[in-house]
Amino acid sequence: MPGFPRFRPVADHALLVEFADVSSETAHAAVLRLDRALAAHPFAGFAEAVPATVSLLVDFDPVVTDHAAACAALRALLAQPAAPGAEQQHHQVPVCYDGDCAADLAEVARLTGHSPDAVIAAHLAAEYTVAMYGFAPGYAYLAGGPPALHLPRKPAALRGIAAGSVIIAGAQCLITTLTMPTGWWIIGRSPTRVLTAEPARPFLFAVGDRVAFRRIGQAELGPALAARTGKGAAA
Amino acid sequence: MAGALFRILHAGPQVSVQDGGRRGLMRYGVPASGPMDRAALAIANTALGNPADAPGIEVSRGGLTLECLSGSVGFAVAGGGFILEAGGARQGSWQVAAISAGQRLSLRPGPWGSWTYLAFAGKLEVPDWLGSAATHALSGLGGGMLATGGQIALATAERRAEREGPIPCPVSARPRHRLHVVIGPQERFFGGDTLTTFLTRPFHVTDAADRMGVRLRGPTLAPDATLDMPSEPVLRGSVQVAGDGVATVLLADHQTTGGYPKIATILSADLDGFVQLRPQDTVWFHAIGPEAAVALARRRQRSHAEYLGRLALRQPLMPAFRPS
Repeated sequence: MPGFPRFRPVADHALLVEFADVSSETAHAAVLRLDRALAAHPFAGFAEAVPATVSLLVDFDPVVTDHAAACAALRALLAQPAAPGAEQQHHQVPVCYDGDCAADLAEVARLTGHSPDAVIAAHLAAEYTVAMYGFAPGYAYLAGGPPALHLPRKPAALRGIAAGSVIIAGAQCLITTLTMPTGWWIIGRSPTRVLTAEPARPFLFAVGDRVAFRRIGQAELGPALAARTGKGAAA
Repeated sequence: MAGALFRILHAGPQVSVQDGGRRGLMRYGVPASGPMDRAALAIANTALGNPADAPGIEVSRGGLTLECLSGSVGFAVAGGGFILEAGGARQGSWQVAAISAGQRLSLRPGPWGSWTYLAFAGKLEVPDWLGSAATHALSGLGGGMLATGGQIALATAERRAEREGPIPCPVSARPRHRLHVVIGPQERFFGGDTLTTFLTRPFHVTDAADRMGVRLRGPTLAPDATLDMPSEPVLRGSVQVAGDGVATVLLADHQTTGGYPKIATILSADLDGFVQLRPQDTVWFHAIGPEAAVALARRRQRSHAEYLGRLALRQPLMPAFRPS
């Protein structure tokens, strides 16, 4: 895209590299490409990188380097042929869409003009990509929600929504990790923990991974939820 | 070495365990957390002879009162102008002292500041999350929030009599009203008039403040374009403007991405002084370029490192570091 990437200075210690103004798969692929290249060839003073849908934030130590040097290092990485893509993992995430687990299912069905079963079928049929993490620890934004279910957020957020809620808004889906307010639509509950409480792999997904959902009933959800309690801090 | 045990007789809201922070995990939605005033925790630890980023207790204006149930331990307090009472004696809060079984230690707000730090000459027994004891207040993960009625245990505890006495409060620890920013990265959402307003008019700190951020009161900074931007990463220090034109400064437990435009980002080195302001205090934003921002960061870092170095060696401080 002409004019991109754009390098924007952020305070004394970061650059925001933007690949587009609006979301696109091409821009997201470019974000992931630069993120991978930077992980493989970090410049002196590089601290951390944060991938988002169309941009990569590159944080650095201003005592060691500065915006101009960081920018030059990133341009050099962009000029190189793309490193081989990381192995994308596929995850299957169980979801219960029944009863209390799906507080907003009926309303989503009404607003989209489908039956509740059709909403569930559409949600299950889609394949999602982990676009980015954001908002709170382990909040992985899954892109690729089916157009039939696209709804704007609710006008006001609801408080105290349980961890493990499967929530949707627009083309995005998210499995919550904390009891938090949300203005998204609650259509299910999953026993899967994105904050795994396992030191070797504390976060279940890498950005770029693929996710599909599998339906489970309340009979399967209960024991699965019970099995994960007491497994560590990330409740 | 014996330990020590404290009962928490009173803990105000937002009193938590913090260490140097949890770096490198923003890509998973995890901000660094750590102290709101990073220099102050480093000073308390260094004055006591601890590593600068060792876990300590961050005390808000809500205050903290502890009763020592067993043991005897040295402690240091730095950050803000709080009132310290330990073993019945009232003293200034920039202090290294000791406390023993049967005595009380209390910290409450004094003439200035919003946060103070309590470090112990011993090892705090606190949970760790992802390699750090820093508490992420929203989730409670990490070392944790302190609650009235709870306890604090030290696995090891010792006196450090040779370090006892006042800690010189550097000028840089004072509340900072004039904040250096680099404009952007989403300044394109704001018209030239709005940018001028941002840089020439006073704003006020409000009581809508916690470890995630503080909302400002001031002229409306209405974004020009419709607010349809993809979520972008945000940092500690981001000045984010919501659709209603109200600015919020993101702080230690900030969300890692946000869909509101950031009109400017405050320099790291000015944030310690910013968080020590109190509600209704005035701030002014002063824009500098990225090169000047890096130069300022380096000057401040050198001066802070030199101060900590002298404190660690208990050397006399340079005149510039004496309290103003």
